[in-house]
Amino acid sequence: MSNKRTPLHQSYRDMPGVKIVDFHGWDLPIHFSEGIIAEHQSVRNAAGLFDVSHMGEFIIEGDDAEAYVDQLVTNSISTMESGEVKYTFLCYPNGTVVDDLIVYKFSPTQFMLVVNAGNVEKDFSWVEKENPIAQSRDTLPAVKNQSDAWALLALQGPKAESVITSILPEAGDIDFFRFRDDLFLDDIPLLVSRTGYTGEDGFEVFLNADDAPEIWKRLLEAGEGEGLKPCGLGARDTLRLEAKLPLYGQEISDSITPLEANLGVFVDFEKPYFVGREALLKQKEQGIPRSLRGLEMIDAGVPRQGYAVYSGEEQVGVITSGTKSPTLKKFIALALIKRGIGLKVGNEVEIDIHGKRKKARLVKTPFYKKSGRS
Amino acid sequence: MSEIKDNLRYTENHEWVKLDGNKAVVGITDYAQDSLGEIVYVELPETDDEFSRGEEAASIESVKAAAPVYAAMGGRIVEVNEELEDAPEKVNEAPYEAFIYVMEVSNPEEFNELMDSSAYAAFLEENEH
Repeated sequence: MSNKRTPLHQSYRDMPGVKIVDFHGWDLPIHFSEGIIAEHQSVRNAAGLFDVSHMGEFIIEGDDAEAYVDQLVTNSISTMESGEVKYTFLCYPNGTVVDDLIVYKFSPTQFMLVVNAGNVEKDFSWVEKENPIAQSRDTLPAVKNQSDAWALLALQGPKAESVITSILPEAGDIDFFRFRDDLFLDDIPLLVSRTGYTGEDGFEVFLNADDAPEIWKRLLEAGEGEGLKPCGLGARDTLRLEAKLPLYGQEISDSITPLEANLGVFVDFEKPYFVGREALLKQKEQGIPRSLRGLEMIDAGVPRQGYAVYSGEEQVGVITSGTKSPTLKKFIALALIKRGIGLKVGNEVEIDIHGKRKKARLVKTPFYKKSGRS
Repeated sequence: MSEIKDNLRYTENHEWVKLDGNKAVVGITDYAQDSLGEIVYVELPETDDEFSRGEEAASIESVKAAAPVYAAMGGRIVEVNEELEDAPEKVNEAPYEAFIYVMEVSNPEEFNELMDSSAYAAFLEENEH
């Protein structure tokens, strides 16, 4: 079976140096001509443009849409204003994660959920019918999967604002985790939010698939003098890891709860009910067994997902993500590590890398934090 | 188009081999380094380590992934390229100069079972899509 391609595939498939790889059944660029490290640095120092059209978008509409979404996800939806964006989780009744997602509130009767590409089908079934709320009710708000009709571009970096406002001045007025869905570039309708997955300021632009090549081109042209580079999945991963932004299947999954991944701030126990609340509350009260920690290698070696972490002879955890940090020029990792065993920042642990124990130390996270916006 | 050197032999795992008497110099091909992307770490074998042909002898790590380097022939490691410890990017820059290890081979005949440059070129073509 052939892979899916985004509406932008034709725009970059013949660019010199682009490398296309399979990502959850999608043909996507892992990097362009200059490579992951140069792209990473362009996002930290100037700006980068990502095609993230593989992400899924669902629209939930109906009189009771707000109550429904509020019961499905862990974060508070009823307290959101229209035009606001929130990061949250869909959980199973046992508290582990169906997916992490971003909720856009158009109005109390209309929402958009932006979900991970690899989970679109699973999430859609879950949101549309398989979750316990849907199972117990006769009528539900309408859930539409818009994923194939829409493209999504992410413009990220300290220069993102000056790049986008040079062609779309209104975007500059959008605050962090807010959006506008009434913007046009010429006659092309755009939904623009101030969001991203890199640890930098930035924007995400949702638009009709057919319009994507034009906007991709316009943004690249607008960024020419600012150091904007097209960026691939490789830089997306190193950027999010430095900023300690979780990746589904690594830091969170159907066997990891948000509390274990230190993401409890996105779980609102004030709400009387949401799917997974009971299990998560019980976990919180009885003691969360592990926690997501940052590691930095002392010995040479690259920590990767699945590698065991030891303190003395005892295995105390497992690596969820690791790489060479292009910003810090060090080998870094996130690991789920047992709580309550007295491991503190600065303490040494060992990682089993290809059968050899390599020393690492616990460090503060995030590994990278952007300097404050003026 | 990946560079292939005429005077070397190749494995299906994209290692190149140069045989000098009973010593085999082994590295990874231009195709391999290009596929891996920016190399950030090379885990070298240790001198005197012994490997059968096809066993994992080293590991090359790019930003994205780890790739094993197999023993292209059986034998004992007599030299490793320590320069790569501090400068793994040399494998990207000059894959046919930045060897990974030198091995004293147990059976020099194994060399003849490796692909020559035209066979490797054909092999790459078959695997490209």
